[in-house]
Amino acid sequence: MKGMVPNTLVIFFGLFVASVNASPVAAQETAPQQAAPKAGAAKSGQEITEIRIGYLRAYEPQLALSVLDVPPRDEGVAGATVAIADNNTTGKFMGQQFALDVTEVKPDADVVQTFRDMVARGDRYVLADISAGQLLSIADIGRENGVLIFNVGATDDVLREEECRSNVFHTAPTRSMLADGLAQYLIWKQWPRWVLLYGSHERDRAFADALRRAATRFGGQILAEKEFKDTGTARRTDSGVVQIQRQIPVFMQDLPDHDVVLVADESEVFGTYVPFRSWIPRPVAGTAGLMPSAWHPASEQWGGTQIQNRFAKANGRRMLSKDMSAWTAVRIIGDAATRTQSADQQKIEAFIRADDFSIAAFKGQKLTFRKWDWQLRQPIFLGDSKSVVSTSPQEGFLHQVSELDTLGVDEPETKCVLN
Amino acid sequence: MRRLPFLAAAMAAGLSTSPAFAYMVYVSNEKDNTVTVVDSDTKEVVKTIDVGQRPRGITISHDGKFIYLCASDDDTIEVIDTATHQIVATLPSGPDPELFVLSPDGKTLYVANEDDNLVTVIDIESKGVLAEIPVGVEPEGMGVSPDGKTMVNTSETTNMAHFIDTDTHEITHNVLVDSRPRFVEFTPDGKEAWVSAEIGGTVSVIDNETREIKQKITFEIPGLRAEAIQPVGVRITADGKKAYVALGPANHVAVINTGTYEVEKYVLVGQRVWQLAFTPDQKTIISTNGVSNDITFIDVATDEPVQSVTVGALPWGVVVSPN
Repeated sequence: MKGMVPNTLVIFFGLFVASVNASPVAAQETAPQQAAPKAGAAKSGQEITEIRIGYLRAYEPQLALSVLDVPPRDEGVAGATVAIADNNTTGKFMGQQFALDVTEVKPDADVVQTFRDMVARGDRYVLADISAGQLLSIADIGRENGVLIFNVGATDDVLREEECRSNVFHTAPTRSMLADGLAQYLIWKQWPRWVLLYGSHERDRAFADALRRAATRFGGQILAEKEFKDTGTARRTDSGVVQIQRQIPVFMQDLPDHDVVLVADESEVFGTYVPFRSWIPRPVAGTAGLMPSAWHPASEQWGGTQIQNRFAKANGRRMLSKDMSAWTAVRIIGDAATRTQSADQQKIEAFIRADDFSIAAFKGQKLTFRKWDWQLRQPIFLGDSKSVVSTSPQEGFLHQVSELDTLGVDEPETKCVLN
Repeated sequence: MRRLPFLAAAMAAGLSTSPAFAYMVYVSNEKDNTVTVVDSDTKEVVKTIDVGQRPRGITISHDGKFIYLCASDDDTIEVIDTATHQIVATLPSGPDPELFVLSPDGKTLYVANEDDNLVTVIDIESKGVLAEIPVGVEPEGMGVSPDGKTMVNTSETTNMAHFIDTDTHEITHNVLVDSRPRFVEFTPDGKEAWVSAEIGGTVSVIDNETREIKQKITFEIPGLRAEAIQPVGVRITADGKKAYVALGPANHVAVINTGTYEVEKYVLVGQRVWQLAFTPDQKTIISTNGVSNDITFIDVATDEPVQSVTVGALPWGVVVSPN
């Protein structure tokens, strides 16, 4: 897959890196073009304090089974940029100015020096959209330098479990939260008998594990499983549809009867092909069909219309989950700076870690951190490619602390020891 | 449609002398693009008016002749003649108007434009825009002091109440409140502005002299998760003694003693209660219950729910005719 990157994309990639290096300026320019409120804004003579937020991302162009699912060039960064503009609108009243410092690396790059450079530039808050391995390579350097890291991309449970870190906050949900959100809905629908199709890559297996755990947790039955091996075929070919229509039902014909087909294919090898091509007519859920996510580009509930409009206007596309995770992280820093009326990092950190900290993110309730692993509690959207079908937790899944803790690994079972 | 118009003069002369008097209750139904008209006496729907897309904020001219309605998705404010129930004019609201407030002299509308971080000031007679005031992110709640000198806007993502001088149209004070401030209501004496915070779950009482929070009111309903308590609409009785706060998905309206700031009662209404309006005689307060598609009449003397009336889909705002 990596070898298939067309040259044109590589050139574009280079240009983008050049442009994002100038990102603090760019981020400021995207702030709403309004006259600063005259009176009562920053008190006259008040100094403007700058708060720098770093954004470290691993990126290379990816293919998808559907051209509609190719990740946008600025996925995640666009959400952070909108949040910087939001922070700056508020900042005008507080004498605070926020700037975004975006650094991009390859997915397999060593990020240690890159991260050290960001720290040297003064980034004390860093949003990370990098692999779990890359994140772990910088987490402790961050702690030694007093840097708070916000994981906006990695859904790996291990980062909140065995490999949790006290200075790493997670605004992205975990695979287990996503799987639990989906499983609750299927149980609520009384569709408890599942078959599981999973891809052959590590992340596909990780999501399959999360689905198995969710089945055990909520009373779903996985009647059979099947691995779909990635044989390195092209994602799209001119006549591919003809073959797929014949291949998928054959692949599924020996499965026992079931209510729902679960698909775990984060690698985009086969999942998109499963709906409507199965051996027997059954709904599909997981990475295809009904999909759990941190955000849905069509969510308009709970004031969502406003962030969706703002985002679309600024970026010319719809807002995706990673955009929302990044928006939320930047808003957490911004809200802490507003409410402490300070750019003092210790005050901001203490505010975020306080018991009564919460953030609003268009999900119908306040979002808070799990103190045991610094994972942001959040409802999970369930939607197809067009609209939101439901949000979890589902009615009736109760919890003594927060119903949001029915999603993912709960405190009594955590393996996280923060240090 | 209005009943007993000849009593209007008697009304103006003395509210307390009027017996059970029929007012018209106007409810904006966000989902089905209508306004439902309900007779406050018979509690029956007398008319359903087709309006623009996604009607939300609703208010009425002081003489009761015109309804002003935010048709949010049509980016306009519609003016409805209460005698004919026809849309007779539109006002230039700016994009996505959600809530507004009418100045005490009835001449000016202050409108929150959610998408543009602006408050638009509209002169009703000339239908002209007098000013656009940049505020925080996602302006929503709008209140005006009884003397008309101060207008307050809340911004839902900035989490501030912006106090604006209505002469200069400039912000004089920014008061930080809790998450997603939705609504502003001044006490009748103008000394306090009450600001609800939907996600924060609180009501901040701001001293209009010092422009500082003097009291923060919290809510607790046994058996309900704290996250479900989401204060939105606020109304205070004309005598200034009691405040009513709609608590959203908590399905209750809180009744607060404005002297002690204590919640004295939670009134169970319908699902997702958002906005409130008194009848002019102050005997009844009406809540819009979005998810259950109804409104609830609450008796102000006893704070008991009297009756619920089914209206359109997702009732949002409510206003009652002054005569």
